[in-house]
Amino acid sequence: MNKYLFYPGCSMESSGKAYGDSIRAIVEPLDLNFEEIDDWNCCGATEYLGINLIPAYSLIARNLALAAKQMNGTHTVVAPCSACYLNLAKADYYMQERPTLGERVNEALAAGDLQYKPGTLDVRHLIDILVYDVGLETIRSKVVRPLHGLKVVPYMGCMLPRPDYQHRWSDHEHPTELDDLLRALGADVIDYPLTTECCGGHMTQIGPETAFELIRRLIADADERGAHLMATVCPMCQMNIDAYQNETNHYFGTHYHMPVLFFTQLMGLAFGKEPDELGIGLELVSSRNALANIGIEVPVTQEPAGPHKKYEGLPMPRRWTKHEGKEAVK
Amino acid sequence: MTDKKLERVGVYVCHCGSNIAGTVDVVDVAKWAQEKLGHLGVVITREYKFMCSSLGQELITKDIKELGLTRVVVAACSPHLHEKTFRTAAKNAGLNPYLVELASIREQVSWVHTDKAVATAKAKAVVAGAVSRVIENVALDEIKVPINPNTLIVGGGIAGIQSALEIANAGFHVYLVEREPSIGGHMAQFDKTFPTLDCSACILTPRMVEAGTHPNITLLTWSDVVNVAGYVGNFHVTIKKKARFVNEELCTGCGICQEKCPKKVIDEVYEAGLGYRKAVYTPFAQAVPNFPVMDKENCTYFIKGTCKACEKFCPTGAIDFKQEDQLINIDVGNIVLATGYDLFDARRVSNYGYGRLPNVFTSLEFERLSNAAGPTSGNIVLRDGKTVPKNVGIIHCVGSRDKNFNNYCSVICCMQGLKFAHLVHERTGATVYNFYIDMRTAYKAYDEFYQRVLEEGTLFVRGKVAEVTDAARYDREKGKLIIQVEDTLAGKQRRIPVDMVILSSGLQPRSDAKEVGKLFGISCSTDGWFTEKHPKLDPVATMTEGIYIVGCAQGPKDIPSSVAQGAAASARVLDKILQKEVALEPIKAMVDKDKCSGCRICNGLCPFNAIAFIADDNISEINPALCQGCGTCVAACPAGAISGTGFSDEQIIAQIDGLLLRNLEPVGA
Amino acid sequence: MPHMTDERVRAGLAREEDLSLLHEVSMKTAGVSHLEMCIQCGTCGGSCPVAQAMDHTPRMLFAMLRAGMRDEVLRSNTMWLCVSCYHCVVRCPQEVHIADVMYTLKSMAIQAKLYTDSTAPDFSQTFIDMIKMFGRSYEMGLASRHYLRHFPLRLPGMMPMGYGMLTKGRMSMMPKKIKHMDQLKKIMARAKQLELTS
Repeated sequence: MNKYLFYPGCSMESSGKAYGDSIRAIVEPLDLNFEEIDDWNCCGATEYLGINLIPAYSLIARNLALAAKQMNGTHTVVAPCSACYLNLAKADYYMQERPTLGERVNEALAAGDLQYKPGTLDVRHLIDILVYDVGLETIRSKVVRPLHGLKVVPYMGCMLPRPDYQHRWSDHEHPTELDDLLRALGADVIDYPLTTECCGGHMTQIGPETAFELIRRLIADADERGAHLMATVCPMCQMNIDAYQNETNHYFGTHYHMPVLFFTQLMGLAFGKEPDELGIGLELVSSRNALANIGIEVPVTQEPAGPHKKYEGLPMPRRWTKHEGKEAVK
Repeated sequence: MTDKKLERVGVYVCHCGSNIAGTVDVVDVAKWAQEKLGHLGVVITREYKFMCSSLGQELITKDIKELGLTRVVVAACSPHLHEKTFRTAAKNAGLNPYLVELASIREQVSWVHTDKAVATAKAKAVVAGAVSRVIENVALDEIKVPINPNTLIVGGGIAGIQSALEIANAGFHVYLVEREPSIGGHMAQFDKTFPTLDCSACILTPRMVEAGTHPNITLLTWSDVVNVAGYVGNFHVTIKKKARFVNEELCTGCGICQEKCPKKVIDEVYEAGLGYRKAVYTPFAQAVPNFPVMDKENCTYFIKGTCKACEKFCPTGAIDFKQEDQLINIDVGNIVLATGYDLFDARRVSNYGYGRLPNVFTSLEFERLSNAAGPTSGNIVLRDGKTVPKNVGIIHCVGSRDKNFNNYCSVICCMQGLKFAHLVHERTGATVYNFYIDMRTAYKAYDEFYQRVLEEGTLFVRGKVAEVTDAARYDREKGKLIIQVEDTLAGKQRRIPVDMVILSSGLQPRSDAKEVGKLFGISCSTDGWFTEKHPKLDPVATMTEGIYIVGCAQGPKDIPSSVAQGAAASARVLDKILQKEVALEPIKAMVDKDKCSGCRICNGLCPFNAIAFIADDNISEINPALCQGCGTCVAACPAGAISGTGFSDEQIIAQIDGLLLRNLEPVGA
Repeated sequence: MPHMTDERVRAGLAREEDLSLLHEVSMKTAGVSHLEMCIQCGTCGGSCPVAQAMDHTPRMLFAMLRAGMRDEVLRSNTMWLCVSCYHCVVRCPQEVHIADVMYTLKSMAIQAKLYTDSTAPDFSQTFIDMIKMFGRSYEMGLASRHYLRHFPLRLPGMMPMGYGMLTKGRMSMMPKKIKHMDQLKKIMARAKQLELTS
C-alpha cells in the first residue's frame, strides 16, 4: 500500500467536487493510501502573493509545517490541484533558495507554535504519483473498459509543468505524462499543441474579456482537431473552461460544446466504475454525448488511430523528451 | 642537521608594489631574516619593489657574482609565475637554477590575510621554511630528450587540414587521423560561406586533395586514436583503423558498389538526417580518400548473410568482407587536436517545435537543402520535398546565450542567419524575417554583409522568439507556422505566420570531448571545450607540453579563425621540431638500489608506466625520461627507497622545521 | 547639472531617476530574482499569452525599472494581467523570476495606491478576507461581494452558471472553517510585521 500525505485544496469539496469524487473512486484499485493533512488551510491561490509576501508564504507554509508534523511513514505531500501544488512546491523551494525568506516565514510560524525546515517534504502532483509511482503498466492492467474511440485532448494547464524547479516533468512546453496516461486507458489521444497554455486563471473574475479570449483559443483548437472532450488536471482550469463556456460563447458569438472532465473521471470510467460515482454529470457543459462514444461496442483496435498516410517528403528527426537524456543524438 | 660547510644564502623579499607590501611589512621580514637566519647561512637580505623587473633580477645576479652566493631564496609571488624568471637569472650568473627557491608570500600570505601583524609573522615563517629547504637542495641538470619530427593531427576538418599542410610543406611527416570516412569536416557540408559567399566545397576541396596526395601526409580516415602514451617529443600512439571492408589497394573509387547497393539508410552525419545514403558509401562525391566504407550495422550481408551485390559488381574485386580492424602504432613528437564541434540538439528547445513540426529546420539541415549536391539538388523546399516557401523565419541564438542550455555565444550564428537570409532571397524570392537579440557581425567584411542583407529587404525583428507553433488563432494563420515574438523595438508582441522556420543552432563541444581529453591528458572547461594554456596569450597550446588544440575544439569560431589557429599550432610544432631536442624538468623519482627490496608495489602505481623491474638484480628502476615527478611511488614505497629529486625527505622536513620556526637557535647554542 | 535643478524638478519638467528601484524590487521578490541579469531579449513579452492586452510588455517594464521610472511602472496594468502561467520564467535565458517580480509589483502598486483599475486588488483583498475569517476560501461570499461591487451587470448573464454550480453541489451556501483559526490568526499577525530586507 503506497502511503501519501494528502492536501485536497479548497476546490476539492466545491467547484472541483467531481475531482474529489473520482479520486476517491480510483485510490482503492490502485492501492493508494491518501492521508489528509489535519486542519489544512487554503493555500491562498495566486491572491495573497500579490499583496504581501511574508504573510502569503506563511499561509502556505502552515500546511507544510502541519504535514511535516504528521509525517507518519512518508514525506511526500500529494496535491491534486495545480495551483495548490505550485504554491506548496514554490514555498518549499524559495525558502531554500533564499534563506532569509525561510527565516522570516519560520518566525511567523513560530507565533503559532509551528516550524518548517525547507526540504523536509517532497511536494508532488497527483498525476506525477500516478504516472511515476504507480506506473502506466499497473494502470493499464486495471483497465476493464478501454476508452477506444473516445477522442480526448489532454490539457495539462500551465502551473503544472512550470516552473518545475524540482525537475519532475518530461517537458515544459509539451509534456507527455497526461498523453501517456490517457493512452494507457485506451483513449484516442489527440496531439494538442496548446496543452500547457493558460486557461486564464482568476482573470475570469477580474478581466473577463482577456480570460474569454484565452478560453476561446483552447476550445477552438480542440474543436478543430476533432476532440470529443478535454481532460484536465486542475480544478481551476476545469471550472474556467466548463463553467464559463456559456459566457465565452456569448461574448464571441460562437456555439462550442466542449465538455471538460478530470482525468481521474476518465480513469474511473476505464476502471469500470459507474458515472455517478465519479461525479460525471456535475459538469455544466454536459459530457453525455461525448461519452456515448464509448457506451457502444467499438471493435478493439490494435493502436489508437493516428495519421497513417504514406509519407513521401524529407525524413524527420526523432522525437525527444527531457527524460531521454541530454546527449545530442545527431 | 648535516655536518657540512655552511652555504651562502641570499634572501630577496619583494614588495610587489603594494600587493605584498600593503599587508606584509617586507622591510621587517628582510631584517628578521638577516638577524635570525644567519646561523643557517644567510649572508645577505634585500627588499625591493619589483624583484621580477630587470633591476630586481640584477640585484640577485650581482650578489651571486660578488658575494659568491650558493643558494638564493626569493620571497615574492607564486612560483607558477616567476620561478622560471629567477632560475634563469641565477643560471645566467653561473648558479645552478635548481638552487633557487621561491617562497610565496603573496598568494599564500598577503592575498589571503588582512591582519598586518599576522601576515608579517606568517611571511617570516614562510621565508624561514624556504631558507631551511634550499640549504638541502642539490644542483640538478635538465634532461634533454630528442624530439620525434613526426606529428599527429587528430581531426580532418579545415583546421586540421591547414595544420597538416603547413607542417608537411615544411618537410616533416604528418599523420592525419579522421573518424569519418573522408576528411573535410563540417565545412564540407556547407553550401556557401560568409561573408564572401564562396562555395564551401570549392575552396575546401583543393586543400583536401592536397592533403590527400601530399607525400608527407599519411591519411588515416575511418580511424580512431585508442591509446596515447609518452610525453612531448616522444608520444607513442595507437590508432585503430576500422575495417572499411574495401581493399584500398584495389579500389578505384568508381562508385559502382554504391550504385548497386540495395540498402538505403538515413545519412545522419553528412546529410544531417535529411537525405539518404547506401550501406556501402562514400559520404560525398569529392571525398578524400575516395574509398567507400561499409556500414556494418546496416549492411544486409552482415545482418542476414545475403546480398553481396557490391562484391558481385565490383570490377576490381576490392570488396573484402573479411577485412579486420587494424591497430597501428606510431611515434610522434607533437599532437594537434582539431576535433571540431557538434551542433546543438534543437529538439531540446521544445517551444521551437523542431522534431514535432515538420517545417522547422536546423542550420545544418538548411545547408544541405541549399547545397546543389544535397538531397533536393539545391532547391529550398519544405519538408514535403516539393513546396517552395513564400515566407521564411530565421531564428538566431538557438541554444546559445541561454542559461537553460548553453550560456555562451556561439559566435557564428548571426552571420549564419544573415547568410541564410541572403540565400533564401536569392533562390526563392520569399519574404525573410530574421529574429535576433543582438547582431554580432564583428570581423572583416561582416558588418558590410549585414548592410547587404538589409538592402535586399530582409525584415529584421529584434526579439528572441518565444515560440513556434501550428495552433492558429486567426484565419490568416491557418496552415502556417506562427512565430510568436516580442518586437522589442516596436514594443509589442507579434504573431508572424511563415511557411518555414530555420533555427540558427549553436555550437557545442563534441559529445565525447571529455573522454578524448582524458585520452590525451588535457582538460576541458565547464562548458566542455578543450582548455587552452592561456585564454589571451596562448590559445593553441595546452597545459600538456606537446599537445595543441585548434579550431572549434578550443571554442566556437568561424573558418578564418580556425585556419589561423591551425597555422599557429603548426608554427609551434615546427619550432619544437627544429630545436631537435626538448629539455625536461629534472624533478624525477629515483630508486635507492641499496634500500629496494624488489616488492614491486611501485610498478603498478605509476600512472606513466615509468617503473621497470630488473629481475636479475631484483630491484625496480625508474626511467627518468618517462617519470613526471608526481610522487606517487615516493609515498608508496614501504622501504622508503624512492626519493624525489627536488623533493627529498631532507628538503621537506627541513622546510617544515623552518615553517614552524624550530631551527631559529643555532645548533649547540 | 543645470538641467536637474530643484526648481525644474518641482516644476515637473525634469524627473529624478530612482536608480535604487531595481534593487528594491529585487529585494522584495521571493527567491532570488536575477532581475539585474535581464538582457532585454523579449522572450517574456513574446511568450506572454495576454501581452496584447498589456500597456507595457514585461520586458519593457524591466527596462523602465532600470531607468528608475517608478510611477509609470506602478501605474501600468501589466502585472494585473499576469496569469502566472510561468511561460516567461522557463524560457528566460537569464533565469529571471519574472512571474514573482510581477507579484512584487502588484504589492508595491497597492501600497503606493497607484493602480488604475481596482478590480484585481479588490478581488485579491476579498479572497484574503475570506481566508482571514475561515481559513478556507469561500466562493459564495467571494463571488457575491466581488460581483456586486465590480460586475453588477454581469450577474444576470451569470445566473445559469451560478444556478448550475449551486444545484450540482459545486458551490456551498455556507463557508467551511478550519479548527485552529486562532493559530492561523497568530501566524498571520506576526507575518504582517515582517519584511524581506536581504
